[in-house]
Amino acid sequence: MAVADYKAPSTVSEAVSLLASAQMKAKVMAGGTDLIIQSKSQTAEPLLVVDLKRIETMKDYQLTDEGLSLGPAMCCAEFTALEDVKAVYPGLTEAAYLIGSTQVQGRASVGGNLCNSSPAADTIPALIANGAQCVIEGPDGDRTVPVEDFVTGVGKNCLAANEILKRIVIPRPAPGTADAYLRFIPRTEMDIAVAGAGVSVTLDADGTCTAARVGIGAVAPTAMLVPAAAAALVGTKLDDTALEAAAKAASEASNPITDRRGTVEFRRHVVGVLVKRAAKIAQSRAQG
Amino acid sequence: MAKVHVTTSVNGEETEYLCEPHETLLDVLRNNLQLTGTKEGCGSGDCGACSVTVDGRLTCSCLVLAVEAEGREIGTIEGVGDKEKLSVIQQKFLEHAALQCGICTPGLIVSTQAMLKDNPTPTEEDVRYYLAGNLCRCTGYDKIVRAVMDAAETLPSERGA
Repeated sequence: MAVADYKAPSTVSEAVSLLASAQMKAKVMAGGTDLIIQSKSQTAEPLLVVDLKRIETMKDYQLTDEGLSLGPAMCCAEFTALEDVKAVYPGLTEAAYLIGSTQVQGRASVGGNLCNSSPAADTIPALIANGAQCVIEGPDGDRTVPVEDFVTGVGKNCLAANEILKRIVIPRPAPGTADAYLRFIPRTEMDIAVAGAGVSVTLDADGTCTAARVGIGAVAPTAMLVPAAAAALVGTKLDDTALEAAAKAASEASNPITDRRGTVEFRRHVVGVLVKRAAKIAQSRAQG
Repeated sequence: MAKVHVTTSVNGEETEYLCEPHETLLDVLRNNLQLTGTKEGCGSGDCGACSVTVDGRLTCSCLVLAVEAEGREIGTIEGVGDKEKLSVIQQKFLEHAALQCGICTPGLIVSTQAMLKDNPTPTEEDVRYYLAGNLCRCTGYDKIVRAVMDAAETLPSERGA
């Protein structure tokens, strides 16, 4: 692809119309940190870039009693500085903070990370743990898709060519709930997850886990929800036996590949360890 | 497609240029505006040599399309210090010999300035994390970190604080 035309509409509907009427291959751009690289490195096929950053509702947020409604194109540097959001969803903030460098975070967004649909995207397991919903606008109106069903394959998602992810909606967690996200990388910064895990737990007054969600990343073609790992935590006080069972369930659900960042065996093992550790962090946060 | 006319602000001066839709802000800064202080290292957002600010936010100019700059405020290394007097950050890089080949230096100085604006009293850990996206293959970073820490200590007195 080579960028041959550029449009910066001011509303989502206008952006959808531009996609629908495009005379060439068209892609929406949020931060562009993946798209601009992709547009330079492949074929010369002409590309229309529809920039979403001039659309105010793509970059704002509301945090209410209902939960978080996030403009998907808000850059990670702005998102991770939202102290009110961090207080409610610290794991999601951590995940967004892990994307690239300071420079990349000045452009890259949570919605862009989701729509780029990399198996190793850091925010997706954290969004899964938090039960995020994707609000999508197309020519025929809006539809809503649970985040765990949004990504359909490596670099693929459920968006049609004329649809735009216009909102990420996350319900407000029940009292006694907290989340955490951890990834394994061989460095301390600026790397891509070898395995990642997002965990949310809800604890009752005596510390028993009454609800949980576990999302894992970089260990299958898509990040995935692991109900069996969550089930292993519910009804327990997150003791070692329960954590081991959750780790085993996550390892068994994973379907990783061997590449230069890690082997199948390593990833299967590590994703379980990360689930265990993230659950412990979420637990201590929930106990506040 | 015809070239696109862009009106923007570079280092506080209103600036106009014509660009192709595929050109990056880095391309235009260097090739059209002759602001060659901003360097191209990797061209893929990994090395930070092309660091600039867009509306005050640090970013890699190789990851910004030139057409996106319409109406924005761009800050480059040419806007740091002036020909008569180096900025404190530049002076500290010299004093600590925090450079060898110099390709990473403009990006590091732009990044350091952006960091100290948000966080005037960084710890060494803050500095190392914030600047992790500015790669240097010469110095081993130690002198850079010392220069930045020294600049952070010196700047408040320079401002009369």
